[in-house]
Amino acid sequence: MGRTIIEKILSLKSGREAYAGDIVVASVDYVMGQDGTAPLAIRAFQDMEGLEVFDRERIAFVIDHSSPSPNEGVSALHKMMREFVRDKGFRLYDIGEGVCHQVLPESGEVGPGSLVIGADSHTCTYGALNAFSTGVGSTDLAGGMISGRMWFKAPETIKFVCSGVLPPGVYSKDLILHLIGDVTADGATYMSSEYTGEAIAAMSQEARFTISNMAIEMGAKAGLMEADEKTFAWLRRFTKREFKPVAADRDAVYTRVLEYDVSKFEPQVARPHRVDNTAPVSKEAGKPVQQALIGTCTNGRLEDLRIAAGILSGRKVHRDVRLIVAPSSRRVFLDAMAEGIIQSLVEAGAAMVTPGCGPCVGTHNGVPSDNETVISTANRNFKGRMGNSNAEIYLASPATVAASALTGKITDPREFI
Amino acid sequence: MQFSGKAHKFGDDVNTDYIISGKYKFKTLDMKALAKHVMEDLDPNFYEKVSPGDFIVAGTNFGCGSSREQAPLAIKYADVGAVLAKSFARIFYRNAINTGLPVVECDTDQIAPGDELFVDLAAGVITNRTKRITLPIKPLPEVMIKILNDGGLAAHFRKYGGFNLG
Repeated sequence: MGRTIIEKILSLKSGREAYAGDIVVASVDYVMGQDGTAPLAIRAFQDMEGLEVFDRERIAFVIDHSSPSPNEGVSALHKMMREFVRDKGFRLYDIGEGVCHQVLPESGEVGPGSLVIGADSHTCTYGALNAFSTGVGSTDLAGGMISGRMWFKAPETIKFVCSGVLPPGVYSKDLILHLIGDVTADGATYMSSEYTGEAIAAMSQEARFTISNMAIEMGAKAGLMEADEKTFAWLRRFTKREFKPVAADRDAVYTRVLEYDVSKFEPQVARPHRVDNTAPVSKEAGKPVQQALIGTCTNGRLEDLRIAAGILSGRKVHRDVRLIVAPSSRRVFLDAMAEGIIQSLVEAGAAMVTPGCGPCVGTHNGVPSDNETVISTANRNFKGRMGNSNAEIYLASPATVAASALTGKITDPREFI
Repeated sequence: MQFSGKAHKFGDDVNTDYIISGKYKFKTLDMKALAKHVMEDLDPNFYEKVSPGDFIVAGTNFGCGSSREQAPLAIKYADVGAVLAKSFARIFYRNAINTGLPVVECDTDQIAPGDELFVDLAAGVITNRTKRITLPIKPLPEVMIKILNDGGLAAHFRKYGGFNLG
């Protein structure tokens, strides 16, 4: 019987033939925690009577969620992380290095066929590199840090086949919002998802990350793609390591196969307060916004900043809008500076904040006021997500956010392309 | 494990930001302090209303969103006996078992706000004492029963020094 990508990776890593429904204990290639989850993991590590980590070269903590620290409570937790890392001798990415989901792929430690656990729900991002990577909580993270292993239930898989070519002004963010709106926020709960077809093949590696990043927003455990030349070209910038890609068998068994012709897709928004509350941008056009955010693990990469700068360059952000830009990593920030992108964004009126999660998680860098509306390139628009439950959040592509920042209202980016 | 208490009802897709907002959770490891804000955005007085052993009763996809373990811990430290839902988001489900918060899949349409419930996890049955009916519980996967019986994943590791789930 044929196997899906996730069944194959779990088989390789557990040393037994795994099919959907089987419970396996698998070895993990990399373990990651961030400042929202690592402190509890340190406590769990001690509670488990852990002495040393399984492999210093295959663990990292990233300080990205409240970075730099906005208050003394957070400062104490950051200090706890720094001391633990120093004591155990593994890698820390401190403030300014970026969002964990950009930093880890750039580290070259993760690639095709890897199995990664991260104490952050958007760890599924590396599925775009053909890795089975998934979010866990702090106790599982501690277990992984000690043993280098984790238990999994091999999941069923939904396959999304995306044919056709995305029209101008329509991006991978619009594609994944469309799919989530279609299958809903729990349409893939307990399942893996695979994305394939000519639209995925035609996409840049950076655009693919946006899709895998949001797999969790349909409840999925993973958002996997097959590796191709673009995958390996992207990886070669960061590492010489060899990875062995894992492709699904032709006769793999899928629980559902959904087919889309993306050439008919339009720019999308997710309306408050649910990611699956999607609509074409034309339906919400004209709604005033007071804050715009470009960044996060979903859309803070170089290509995203380049698209935004393409719209903002030579223009001015609307006087009633605060535009906040958070590059997803220091590398991205430097590359965008070298290309003149940052110059264009700042001249247009953008406020740059430290590479990291920025205001997405509601701790700092731009908490909205009561009754304000934010348009953001992030992946979640839950009530209170950005730190104020009386604010509304719309999710959209970098192009739609940039266009809306210019006009002061939700705007179809195709007006500027 | 047996629990009895009152039902506090919520809808579908209760996410981890509703359970405990990011504006609180990043600041502290004091779960008692976090518990005071549990479910605050859905019901500002929830913490005052809940009596020890009461139940959170919800629809589908409970706990969707972030991987924060503060979510099940805040519920546990608010002295909630168990969470009953039609289905759970997978990371929340794992975290709840790992930290010892009982989570129960059942048909919650048969439970109204304020109903008095008796939950018997070992017997796999919920008794709705107000409605005088019983509801079956969807059994946990065997591996999770083993972790729960050991007292959570930390206790499992203390016992075996690693995973012993074969």
